[in-house]
Amino acid sequence: MDRTTILSELKKVLAPYTENKEMLDGINEDTDLIRDLKINSANLVDIIIDAESQYNIEIDFDAAEKMYNVGNCIDVISEKLNRTA
Amino acid sequence: MANRVVITGLGVVAPNGIGIPDFLHALQNGISGIKYVPEYEELKFNSQVAGQPEFEWEQLRNYISETSLYGLKGKGIAYGIKAALDAWMDAGNAIVSEETLWETGCVFGSSVADTDVIKTAITRVDAKESKKLGSRVVEQIMNSGITAYISGRLGLGNKIINNSAACATGTQAIFMGYEYIKYGMAKRMVVGSSEFVDRYVFGGFDSMRVLSRKFNNEPQRASRPMSISAGGFVPGSGAGAFVLEDLDYALKRGATIYAEVLGGSTNSGGQRNGGTMTAPSPAGVIRCIEDAIADAQISAADIDLVSGHLTATIADKMEIQNWTDALKLKGDGFPLVNSLKSMIGHCLSAAGSIEAVAAVLQIKHNFVHANVNLEDPNPEILELIGANNLPIIKVDREVNVVAKANFGFGDVNSCLIFSKYTN
Repeated sequence: MDRTTILSELKKVLAPYTENKEMLDGINEDTDLIRDLKINSANLVDIIIDAESQYNIEIDFDAAEKMYNVGNCIDVISEKLNRTA
Repeated sequence: MANRVVITGLGVVAPNGIGIPDFLHALQNGISGIKYVPEYEELKFNSQVAGQPEFEWEQLRNYISETSLYGLKGKGIAYGIKAALDAWMDAGNAIVSEETLWETGCVFGSSVADTDVIKTAITRVDAKESKKLGSRVVEQIMNSGITAYISGRLGLGNKIINNSAACATGTQAIFMGYEYIKYGMAKRMVVGSSEFVDRYVFGGFDSMRVLSRKFNNEPQRASRPMSISAGGFVPGSGAGAFVLEDLDYALKRGATIYAEVLGGSTNSGGQRNGGTMTAPSPAGVIRCIEDAIADAQISAADIDLVSGHLTATIADKMEIQNWTDALKLKGDGFPLVNSLKSMIGHCLSAAGSIEAVAAVLQIKHNFVHANVNLEDPNPEILELIGANNLPIIKVDREVNVVAKANFGFGDVNSCLIFSKYTN
């Protein structure tokens, strides 16, 4: 799965957690989840849980801590996906 | 120096109507919200009827943020949000405030945190999948979840309290909010209570053999307060809410005033003198009613309507006895009496707040709602207060003062005195 595909799937994962749907449509690798998408920091664990089931991967504590912007999220997801593959 | 306290907003989620217009229509027409619940037959419950509001999650769409609604599963919390925010808007306020409202607080009661949500947690944890619980469980299984959602949405910054006093919870919440305003600790209070009776709570009562079980085929006849054929109560779910306001504060902003809270009381019989975990001590009940009347600075003869607890158990007769002892009135000299439970069942911790909303609507619109299913009143009750005081059809008449009381497990009592607002 390439980074563009992961990003478009990631939009679906993030959708329930942001009120800012316009910003979500235009996210890029620099978009910050908390600062730009105004996602409640407590919801980051929900996003991780949803991403785990969406991509059928496991995201450990160390990896989860890196997932604060879209680029980092894609890094973690693609790394886990490659490992499973 | 005591402040006068008025009611400026009402909200309700009741088994026979959601929102004030539908609920008022149901009250005026004696519409029952009791239904047969097929699931209860499958679960082999003796009682298979309940009062359940026609609630759908979509009704909360513009009440809380979309992200907050996503993942909200607790129905008790949902009913409470709907009733409280409806009351808030009814009082002429916008939902979203940019600033913290330091002069406005919230007392909102509940009895059991949502066991459906707790069950999800138990199932996941026992399956060694606690990792998948996510961030939304704790806020929904904490008792104060309801006040956290309401106060957070409205930006309330005064006292935020989740009270719990079994079936006296709702009246107690209103009383607490009234006291805070009366003694100058807050200008406005959002008060009320909610209840969601799920299968586990229902099962507990069913096992106590205190539920109505002989009318599973005729659900609308199942809740029969004061009737000789009453055989137990019918559990109900829902929420009721008020916006209480310091009179001067309300007048200054030109608020519409529904009624005034003249006084109230909450106490306990101490589980002595006949009081137990499940039965109220007559001494405690009588004292609670007397204290409420004294606090309101009225005399018993001023009361037009007694909105009783009257659940449809053998305790109804004792309750009427207690009322006659407290008011020192009997027969035709006694006020009219009704029990909303005949239409919606016993909404437990939400009973007091939903019934208080009904009491205020009867003051506002000058009527006394019917006691449905009271075609066969208990003769021992008739002996005390006569048949003329037990309307079985709606009575149109001026209603100035209503005494509303509820009595709960743990021998706790709460009584409120509402009146028309006059300057």
